[in-house]
Amino acid sequence: MENLTFDLSETPVNTLNHYLHHEAPKGGARKIIVTHPDGAHNIAVGLDCPVEVEILGHVGYYAGGMNKAARIVIEGSAGTGVGENMMSGTVHVRGFASNGAGASAHGGLLIIDGDAGLRCGISLKGGDIVVGGSVGSFSAFMAQAGRMVICGDAGDALGDSLYEAVLYVKGNIKSLGADARIEPLADADIAAVSNLLQQAGMDHAPRDFKRVASKRELYHWNADANQEY
Amino acid sequence: MERHLTLEESYGYDRKTLEYIRKAAAHGLYEIRGMGAKRKLPNFDDLVFLGASMSRYALEGYREKCVTRTLLGTRFAKKPVELEIPITIAGMSFGALSANVKEALGRAATEVGTSTTTGDGGMTQEERQSSKTLIYQCLPSRYGFNPDDVRRADAIEVVIGQGAKPGGGGMLLGQKVSARVAGMRTLPAGVDQRSACRHPDWTGPDDLAIKIQELREMTDWEKPIYVKVGATRTFNDVKLAVHSGADVVVVDGMQGGTAATQTCFIEHIGIPTLAALRQAVEALEDLDMKGKVQLIISGGIRSGPDVAKALAMGADAVAIGQGVMIALGCNGDTYRQNGQNISAVADYNALGAAPGYCHHCHTGQCPVGITTQDEILEQRLEPAIGAKRLKNYLKTLNMELTTIARACGKQNVHHLEREDLAALTLEAAAMANVPLAGTNWVPGRTGGI
Amino acid sequence: MCGIVGLLVKTPALRARLGELMAPMLIGMTERGPDSAGLAVFTEPLADGARKISLYSGLIEDDDDFNWQGMAHEMKEHLGIDATLKTTGNHAILGVSVDPEMVKRWLKEHHPGLFVLSTGKSIDLYKDIGAPAEVADRYNFSKLKGSHLVGHTRMATESAVTPDRAHPFTAGEDFCLVHNGSLSNPNGIRRKLEPRGIHFETDNDTEAACRFLEWRLREGDDLETALKKGFEELDGFYTFLMGTKDALALIRDPFACKPAVVAETGDYVAIASEFRSLAHLPGIENAHVFEPAPEEMYVWKI
Repeated sequence: MENLTFDLSETPVNTLNHYLHHEAPKGGARKIIVTHPDGAHNIAVGLDCPVEVEILGHVGYYAGGMNKAARIVIEGSAGTGVGENMMSGTVHVRGFASNGAGASAHGGLLIIDGDAGLRCGISLKGGDIVVGGSVGSFSAFMAQAGRMVICGDAGDALGDSLYEAVLYVKGNIKSLGADARIEPLADADIAAVSNLLQQAGMDHAPRDFKRVASKRELYHWNADANQEY
Repeated sequence: MERHLTLEESYGYDRKTLEYIRKAAAHGLYEIRGMGAKRKLPNFDDLVFLGASMSRYALEGYREKCVTRTLLGTRFAKKPVELEIPITIAGMSFGALSANVKEALGRAATEVGTSTTTGDGGMTQEERQSSKTLIYQCLPSRYGFNPDDVRRADAIEVVIGQGAKPGGGGMLLGQKVSARVAGMRTLPAGVDQRSACRHPDWTGPDDLAIKIQELREMTDWEKPIYVKVGATRTFNDVKLAVHSGADVVVVDGMQGGTAATQTCFIEHIGIPTLAALRQAVEALEDLDMKGKVQLIISGGIRSGPDVAKALAMGADAVAIGQGVMIALGCNGDTYRQNGQNISAVADYNALGAAPGYCHHCHTGQCPVGITTQDEILEQRLEPAIGAKRLKNYLKTLNMELTTIARACGKQNVHHLEREDLAALTLEAAAMANVPLAGTNWVPGRTGGI
Repeated sequence: MCGIVGLLVKTPALRARLGELMAPMLIGMTERGPDSAGLAVFTEPLADGARKISLYSGLIEDDDDFNWQGMAHEMKEHLGIDATLKTTGNHAILGVSVDPEMVKRWLKEHHPGLFVLSTGKSIDLYKDIGAPAEVADRYNFSKLKGSHLVGHTRMATESAVTPDRAHPFTAGEDFCLVHNGSLSNPNGIRRKLEPRGIHFETDNDTEAACRFLEWRLREGDDLETALKKGFEELDGFYTFLMGTKDALALIRDPFACKPAVVAETGDYVAIASEFRSLAHLPGIENAHVFEPAPEEMYVWKI
């Protein structure tokens, strides 16, 4: 089996996606290579088979969105919502990622080698996210389940209104959001961080990370607690 | 001398207001409740039809054909939604409603040839199986949002807002977050769920255009994309939904219901359905998109005349939520279980409510088993009985719609037009842009009586 | 809701190619803003005492047929000044060596339908309704020369699609602003400024932001202080890109919901709402590409 190349300076994104939806599951090319993405939106969205896609350049919004099973590598930066609502598989951004990376991801692994913008991992629902650099403000807002490993710093209001997702941060946290707190690192956490870093191909000492989880004080209305709604 | 008690209630501080202030002082939390606005609002009752007589000729009520077929999503989608009647079932979540109810909605909709809609919390197997045409909502919370369900849906509805609470997010109190609901939403069971008011991965129409493209790419450009807005700045919002690439725009007026929201939202945010519909139609006409992008109106559509008036004002279809629930038995004094009618009055009273006054959907203790996740209560609505009642209700509405259309001389309900209407009140005339009955006068429009 | 672009060339040799580099940037933002487009280009400043005024005749019936030469003659007769004129259809750049306010008063009196787009020593401003490619073609954007520019494609939200509501907006001299987003208190800002003698030409929220910031600058704030006050008073979601005679400046609100991306090389700094507007730029593969942070002020000087 050969690699198959789609040059987006000549071929519309729709043709690429159509191939990935209908031909790739039949077991065509070994690897799909996408050249000249030039910031195009919706590249490789809604994949539903374990195909490998390599994108050579910067992508626009929602690359790898709603991914199932595929392994998608972006050899550049990614626009808003990379890997949004992914279910399984891997999306790997070699550069930086814009806002809302991995938003609402239910499963799979999102790796960002560089920085991530604001609201990384917002509404996370079970996916794992590893960020080599720092994340912007409001990251992991209302994150419900899943894990985030942040090797750099975190911006304001990290983990605001956090549910059951767990965040690991190596660098500084500018501020924690409502209901988020730093908790001691247990052995299981060290194993989890170590495993995720290994999958992401990043080299950090797991013990250097802080664990951030929910205080669970906003789970129920409580007038007397002066809650921040 | 005999002493007389002279009681004068304050208009500004009436007993209702006193009660509100006392509750606030006692609880330190705003009131949350279900259903829609309870205050008096200008509505479709304030309009009447100008039936045929000498200048126009009527059709025979029972014998002469009147088309109700409705196509939605003809702009870009390769597979538009085709319905037998222009009356659809509005998005209501599994979570707010029981799985039995969702199944009943699907069955009834399928039997009368219309669509039903998922809600915040994902698609259940029951509703997909029972619904021939199922609209899948993409909401800010993305609870249970699954690409497999996107592929299984017949259309996708991107929800920006709801008429009962434009600008607010969803709510489901802990009593209703059962193990199954929690599992579907990836939440801990029993939490007071307060969901986001903005989508996590886009803000504004320029971004929405890209999001819609993503959904189209996902579905190979086959499925219609609806955009639903709560009625506020409707003229602008409908235009922007069209600019963003919507096939269908759904406008939900302030009489629209909810399973749980702050009362201050329900009664104080948004504009009445009548006013919103007029602005939505004007927006489509301004863009020359009337008939190319379809318009669904919802929020307090209760009857066949309401449907007919909405169509005459320019809607392509309506969506009904509360009317559907009432058809199922909501606010009724009995429920039917194992072939018996059983009184629910004591259960209403236990909630501090009574049949006809209940808006306690948020408690999950629905006395008639509709808005509940309680294993015992949900048995009070058997899917077959619910489906039959709902089918009858939708059939009645459709018969009323066609009989009115025929009386106005129309062979197709979509040929009703706003010139077929007259308004009974100044407010309705001004809001709906329909002349006051007996005049040619529309307040706010130039020209005299 | 819109697309924004900005370009500042560091290498003087590239100034001749400013328009050629920019036109695809603007056209790349068509989907974000299909209904109108505009551009402010900053050129070599005129000598002290000289000003140029960009004018637009598209709001009146004459439109492209407006008699610009006739207007200049008339102006010479009335005011006794020799104005230079560079015209493209419904657009003209009027060069004068007198107080520009006097000229604008005369214009208002004798040609009230003409719309003053900008005033300054460096700024030339173009905007009109239509798809970005049409507007770029109408005014030969690809031939423009200068050191830096600010461009915009518009998807109207609340105010109507008219040429005067297209961006960029200007206030004062050699200052312009484009905006992607939506302010939630533009009317309050307007009501605050109007009693101070600040006149508004449209109901557009961007104009409110533009006049607010220009007012602060005129009151003596430096750009940083003015923007800080902007953060306090301007509510809503926004990415602002501003042009002054010698700089481009960019800020994003704390939520930074509206996108922006920057590409910088030794030759230029380019800003756009999305990377697809930058992909064609020379040397982009080796550029430093980054996203500006919220609440930070970015200033690039020529």
